[in-house]
Amino acid sequence: MVACRLVALALTLGLAAPAGAQSKTVLLSTTTSTQDSGLLDVLVPLFEGKTGYTVKTISVGTGQALALAARGEADVTLAHAPALEKKYVAEGRMLNRRLVMYNDFVVIGPAADPAGLKGERSALAALKKIAAAGARFVSRGDRSGTHTLELALWKQAGVEPKAPWYIESGQGMGATLGIADDRKACTITDRATYLAFQKRVTLKVLVEGDRPLLNIYSVMEVNPANGPRVNAAGGKVLADFMLSPEVQHVIKTFGVDKYGQPLFVPIAGKKDEDF
Amino acid sequence: MDLLWSGLRQAFALVTGGDPEVWAILRLSLQVSGSATLIALGLGIPAGAALALARFPGRALVVSLVNTGMGLPPVVVGLFVTLFLWRSGPLGGWEILYTPAAIVLAQAVIAAPIVTGITLAAVQQVPEKFRLQLLALGASRAQMVRVTLREARLPMLAAVMAGFGGVISEIGASLMVGGNIKGQTRTLTTAMVLETGKGNFEVAIALSLLLLALVFLVNWALTAIQQRRAG
Repeated sequence: MVACRLVALALTLGLAAPAGAQSKTVLLSTTTSTQDSGLLDVLVPLFEGKTGYTVKTISVGTGQALALAARGEADVTLAHAPALEKKYVAEGRMLNRRLVMYNDFVVIGPAADPAGLKGERSALAALKKIAAAGARFVSRGDRSGTHTLELALWKQAGVEPKAPWYIESGQGMGATLGIADDRKACTITDRATYLAFQKRVTLKVLVEGDRPLLNIYSVMEVNPANGPRVNAAGGKVLADFMLSPEVQHVIKTFGVDKYGQPLFVPIAGKKDEDF
Repeated sequence: MDLLWSGLRQAFALVTGGDPEVWAILRLSLQVSGSATLIALGLGIPAGAALALARFPGRALVVSLVNTGMGLPPVVVGLFVTLFLWRSGPLGGWEILYTPAAIVLAQAVIAAPIVTGITLAAVQQVPEKFRLQLLALGASRAQMVRVTLREARLPMLAAVMAGFGGVISEIGASLMVGGNIKGQTRTLTTAMVLETGKGNFEVAIALSLLLLALVFLVNWALTAIQQRRAG
């Protein structure tokens, strides 16, 4: 039968890639920002060369990255939403949460500064001013780490953001920056993505350096009880690798050649209370 | 405008410079979508021919289902194939999620109804009198089906073009079941989304031009075969 032969041929062509041998494969669920910054493109090959593991990186929003891990659909997670992470750790879904690095968020907006944010040092005060002025603000609206932080800030500021000045993009940081730029709106972005888009976006940094704007990344191992076939051993090896002196040094210098400043600050061994 | 030009220049540089990563992505896209199209042909041609020639109760419903399937949204297919292939899913034991095999599977699901539907239409447009005549001349049913399929082969090339064109350019399923993993499951379309997300618009433009060129070349070759045979 021609049809059978075609199917057999197709299977050999398509399935030639290594399947199976999952114990040598580590599934890392992480956020889009680590992928978009290019950091994982440096760290993953380093890890694979050192340990012989193959890493499959699933870059999604922090909410989804943790949800996948909680179902046992990943082996280790690198995320940046401390409050959400602690909830999963308290439930026993994620184990051994350790801080890896931080960078920071910045509040950006049009140079004309319709909400009068220039000179403001407090992120909460800045959000109150945006709401009071009814200045346009673009939110990620995608349950990512950035979105989680933004929602927490609105809550602390005691403001309930509303349309029409509050716009939800439902997209990644890059696309959201584009929309904010187009609408001459304010937004909250991680500095790495902002630097990557600096050439395309006319928005300026208006508020920076406030403690609530700190963006802390942690690595967590997946509880093997979450589902079948979790590679707990591989997950732990990758988590330990992220905290090794060698990787922490790579993180310290990553981005300097391209942006003239590092994108992340390594903080292995530190605790949340240290910040 | 300057962005478009620099995108064009970069596309040219990527192709002529032989950037190994771009070639690997191009090769993977071709392999995956080619395999998926072959599987879809293997399933869709017999199914379409059978549907066109057989008469059975509920046939109209099945044909409607196939026609609906031709518009199957790739992200819906991606979601369900992902759920099936999850470690906790019914096919979790296969351990192929986030591999090219998973993309082949999802794309075959997308392309199979397209091939079935077009085959069905192509076979049906062979006049029924022709088939009856073959049988009257003493052809067996199997011989009649073979000759009818040969008559329909030129319009059926459209099934190959539509199937391949549909899956090489789809993004939803590839992204969900493949995971866009560098060096493993990154295809032209998923790479394009990533580069746009990173703000590398020139690279995204270059990749989209490569995709367009690829689709054009495949269709050009198939059209040449179709028109030469027809002429």
